[in-house]
Amino acid sequence: MSTELVTPSSGSGDTRGRGSSSGPGVRRGRRKKSVQAAEEARTGLAFISPTLIIVLVMVVLPILWTVSLAFQKIKLLDLRNAGIIGDYTLDNFAAVLTSGGFLQALLTTLAYSVFGTALALAVGLVAALALRKPFRGRGLVRAVLLLPYVAPVVAAAFVWSTALNPQYGIVNDWGQGLLGWQEPIAFLSSRSDDLSILGLDIGVPTALLTVIAFEAWRSFPFAFLFLTARLEAMPDTFEEAAVIDGATPLQRFRYIVFPQLWPTLAVLSVLRFIWTFNNFDDIYLLTGGGAGTEVVAVRVFNYLTARYDIGAAAAQALVLAAILAVLVLVYLKLFGRSEDAA
Amino acid sequence: MSTVTADNAGQAHTRRNAIEERVLRVLRPITIVLLIAIAVLPFWYMLVLSFRPLDNVLQSPGRLFFTPDEFDPSTYVDVLKSADDGGQGFLTFIRNSLLVGIGTVILSLLVAIPGAYAVSRLEFFGRRKISALFLAIYFFPSILLAVPLFVFYTRIGLRGSLFGLLFVYVAQVVAVSIYMLRNYFDTIPQSLEEAAAIDGASRVQVMRRISLPLAMPAIVSNGLFIFMIAWNEFLFALLFLVERRDNWTVSLGLSQLSGSIEVPTTTLMAGSVILTLPIIVLFFISERWLTGGLTAGAEKG
Repeated sequence: MSTELVTPSSGSGDTRGRGSSSGPGVRRGRRKKSVQAAEEARTGLAFISPTLIIVLVMVVLPILWTVSLAFQKIKLLDLRNAGIIGDYTLDNFAAVLTSGGFLQALLTTLAYSVFGTALALAVGLVAALALRKPFRGRGLVRAVLLLPYVAPVVAAAFVWSTALNPQYGIVNDWGQGLLGWQEPIAFLSSRSDDLSILGLDIGVPTALLTVIAFEAWRSFPFAFLFLTARLEAMPDTFEEAAVIDGATPLQRFRYIVFPQLWPTLAVLSVLRFIWTFNNFDDIYLLTGGGAGTEVVAVRVFNYLTARYDIGAAAAQALVLAAILAVLVLVYLKLFGRSEDAA
Repeated sequence: MSTVTADNAGQAHTRRNAIEERVLRVLRPITIVLLIAIAVLPFWYMLVLSFRPLDNVLQSPGRLFFTPDEFDPSTYVDVLKSADDGGQGFLTFIRNSLLVGIGTVILSLLVAIPGAYAVSRLEFFGRRKISALFLAIYFFPSILLAVPLFVFYTRIGLRGSLFGLLFVYVAQVVAVSIYMLRNYFDTIPQSLEEAAAIDGASRVQVMRRISLPLAMPAIVSNGLFIFMIAWNEFLFALLFLVERRDNWTVSLGLSQLSGSIEVPTTTLMAGSVILTLPIIVLFFISERWLTGGLTAGAEKG
């Protein structure tokens, strides 16, 4: 997902836009003469139209076409005969929704997104708090912590799959040498392993946990960045008053810092959830969707490129988008208020 | 607590405070060191493996350093050499990535600068709706776009061409680019432009002589940023270029070659370093502006 890297600014842009454009007196054009206003409107449209055309051709029309494709039984080979008007049918959706594979992929996607998001936010929060007090070299440390987020996903996935390799990976070597593992763990190819904790044998979805950990590693810097910005903007006065009143560090976090971070955490959880839910690159590169890690995005890709089953691919992508939209709307309904505060 | 005298409660409290502060004083540096290790060690591991001979890696996989006598930069020669000369052809991949990256930057900026100026400065019909539309684009799953674009490009025969990929990238970044640039245009006082307008400059002149030079730092950073996105992108490169090895980007080349058993891991690690290094350099160049720009909105409580 290429835009993901950027998107923090979209969040900020939105907040900013809401603040500045709806504020009274910011738009100055109101009292200008109508000739000038007309000129401004013309120039504005002329300036924005190249962007609009590109977005229309490369984003909006393709999405509409996906909807059309999803309702047709169509393979890449019969594409030449297919037009906008084809034989519309619900078969794709029926097949998709009744197949166990899709539902399993959907559950995997959900687990991946929920736990990946939660872990990324938790690590990001710890990092932001740990680096809150100034020290020498803090600027460098902050920049360095962003590396997992900016590094190319292909290189990151490759280095991790090498490190986790059962034969020559460093993690298994250290695990066996230092931590006393009996045998190497196939982190990326084992669907489940038995883990004994206190004499209890528990089945653990190894590969799924590994891709979740990778997701958290790659995206905790994003949460860290936003939470740090929020912490910096926080007024000291409340905490200073609390110190005088004798609040301990944990109490100050619990009652003063955390409530102020809450809106930021709420926004971050939505953004991270959306991106993790749609994520294709990480899982495709790490496991190829094997060993119980097939998420819907990877499944869509396989239907498209391995089976050339365009109709089924489009239908699954649409269902994915629809479920995402419903989840986000429900979330906004439940927590909408804290969203506004951010 | 009501039976305890205020004095006792105070003492217990001071003790709790002291314990918490002491624990945190120990935990904080440990946490920081752990976090740095988590963030940096994978990249360090990548670098070390790219210089160690494969046999040594297989014998002692747990080493996080290389000794002077095992230092072996030949992997870089292997990975860069063209496939005809027995290498992996990364030089070609680098050229492709540069072409797509620079092309995306130029085209996106050409389109986004006027767009951002319009959204920031000009009142026109549908201005706010357009902003909402752009925002919505970010949340569309790329995989949803992958299906129709794959079909469309196959049909018009553009699949496999770098040019086709470039257009997808422009479409993906242009909205984001407009957001970032608009934020910067918003910080430039309008009075400067109005003064020039009173002196008789036209709208385009004002933009070229006043607004653009002032926004140059933001434009440069934005360009670097777009380049990083295009350089890192994987899904669409995979979807469109996989059958045309001579058109592979560095990301795609690395992912495709890492699937084959014939290419030694150490050689591919050299490829990973080649893929990652430009991004890290660009990131440190533009880091200050980027992180500031990215979180500008988060500071508003």
